[in-house]
Amino acid sequence: MQSIRTFFYCLKQGIRSIFHNGKFSLASVGTIAASLFLIGLFYFVAVNVSYVMKEAEQNVGVTVLFEKDCPERTVQAIGDAIKKRAEVAEVVYISAEEAWENYKKDHLNEELASTFGTDNPLEDSASYKVFLNDVSMQAVLVRYIEGLNGVRRVNALDGVAESLSGLNRIATLISVSIILILVAVAVFLIHMTISMGISVRKEEISIMNLIGATDFFVRFPFVVEGMLLGLVGAFLPLGILHLIYSKVIGFLSGEFESVFYKMTFLSEEQIFRRLTPLVIGIGVFIGLLGSVMTTRKQLRKISLR
Amino acid sequence: MAGSYDLHRDLQNIQAPVILFDHVSKAYQKDVHAVEDICISIKKGEFVFIVGSSGSGKSTLIRLMLREISPTKGKVFVAGRELSRLRRYQVSKYRRSIGVVFQDFRLLKDRNAYENVAFAQRVIEVPPAEIKKRVPRMLSLVGLNEKYKAFPSELSGGEQQRVALARALINNPVILLADEPTGNLDPKNSWEIMHLLEEVNRRGTTVVVVTHNREVVDMMQKRVITLKNGRIISDEQKGGYVYAKY
Repeated sequence: MQSIRTFFYCLKQGIRSIFHNGKFSLASVGTIAASLFLIGLFYFVAVNVSYVMKEAEQNVGVTVLFEKDCPERTVQAIGDAIKKRAEVAEVVYISAEEAWENYKKDHLNEELASTFGTDNPLEDSASYKVFLNDVSMQAVLVRYIEGLNGVRRVNALDGVAESLSGLNRIATLISVSIILILVAVAVFLIHMTISMGISVRKEEISIMNLIGATDFFVRFPFVVEGMLLGLVGAFLPLGILHLIYSKVIGFLSGEFESVFYKMTFLSEEQIFRRLTPLVIGIGVFIGLLGSVMTTRKQLRKISLR
Repeated sequence: MAGSYDLHRDLQNIQAPVILFDHVSKAYQKDVHAVEDICISIKKGEFVFIVGSSGSGKSTLIRLMLREISPTKGKVFVAGRELSRLRRYQVSKYRRSIGVVFQDFRLLKDRNAYENVAFAQRVIEVPPAEIKKRVPRMLSLVGLNEKYKAFPSELSGGEQQRVALARALINNPVILLADEPTGNLDPKNSWEIMHLLEEVNRRGTTVVVVTHNREVVDMMQKRVITLKNGRIISDEQKGGYVYAKY
């Protein structure tokens, strides 16, 4: 009962302090909101880049060609063995006829194609097209397939696989670094606001210490203040990000359809299912971290006199 | 020394002095002593003046008794417990048994007389129903029951010091420390405050008053400890203000 009362008392003091230091509170909320807004933007870019790359990765395939006159049973066994691998997303069988049709479509005009008549120059080119769910495992998979009985050759674009996973890593690294810098800036700003709040209430804190208030009782209102500032600072950018995301995605995939025709972006629901708790969590964490660090340091400096 | 620090409980069985300075020295900078080799023993229920000029070390003694600072050498005991051995969480419990008043009253300017006194109860988590009973009683004891709604800016210096005294007494302290309580008051108000302190002492609270007020010290004929340059130069049981010749 007593601790519930104390909790509500501290909550009231924390809220009161936010309004008491109105300008600084506003500045803190503003900077937290700006930081979280930027974090949100980077998140949009990072997850969409990652999503687009994942999609691209899945279109990078490995082609498995069989030995001449390879029996159907062996071809089936090769397919089954490849499908069992964890890094394999899909295995598609392309018959010699389909391979020739595809080749004609991609590389020959109708006139030239008709000169071949019913001949199929790719009659030994039946193959499996293997799609990976983790493109970084391509080299391992290629080595494995090459060792299978009945396999003549394995074609893979090594460079594409490496550069895609490399690009993905760099994008993640840059995003994480920028987010960390922004979090640090926000923590610093919360620290400044709480410090200001402490200096405004220095006399009250000193009296509290003098008459035997516990550390918790003195510190908790400031922690509440920091967390509330973080929470309010999180809702603002979430609202704005909500408004702009669908418009930006609509714009990118609509206006630049010719350029982005292969790209699909994450839906608003997919993005905000993770972004909402993330932004709120970071906001509250920034507030908590800033206020705990500040109160620990500053409150001990206040003398009783 | 684990557990909470309950001065009231500790004092019930104690035969030792309620406050004991055992060869205490405090240096804020190396080799610059605020107080040096202080030995004071104050019994339960005593009324003691600590006098001396500015910089003589009076306030350092108050800070040591409040456990705001620890001695560089020696030990300070209150109710048989050595203060520097108290853990941080025990210090707040300890201070609940000590009442303090200052020259500048130290009232919260944005709260009225009632709220200032109630604040002392609220921070130690006394139930609101208890606070509502105790605060008017305490304001009545210091003669301010009719001005409970007044803010510090609406009260005279003497009245503000009474509010501060009510706040110091509301938690039923074992020891009352008064640091220059009459420093900002005219003679009439000074006497009223001193009479209140005497009344508090008569009810069993040990009172330690740090002061410059020669007239008050001479008239009250209580124990007087005089400090000069951080050392005790006299300690008289029924003394007056000592003029240091050294």
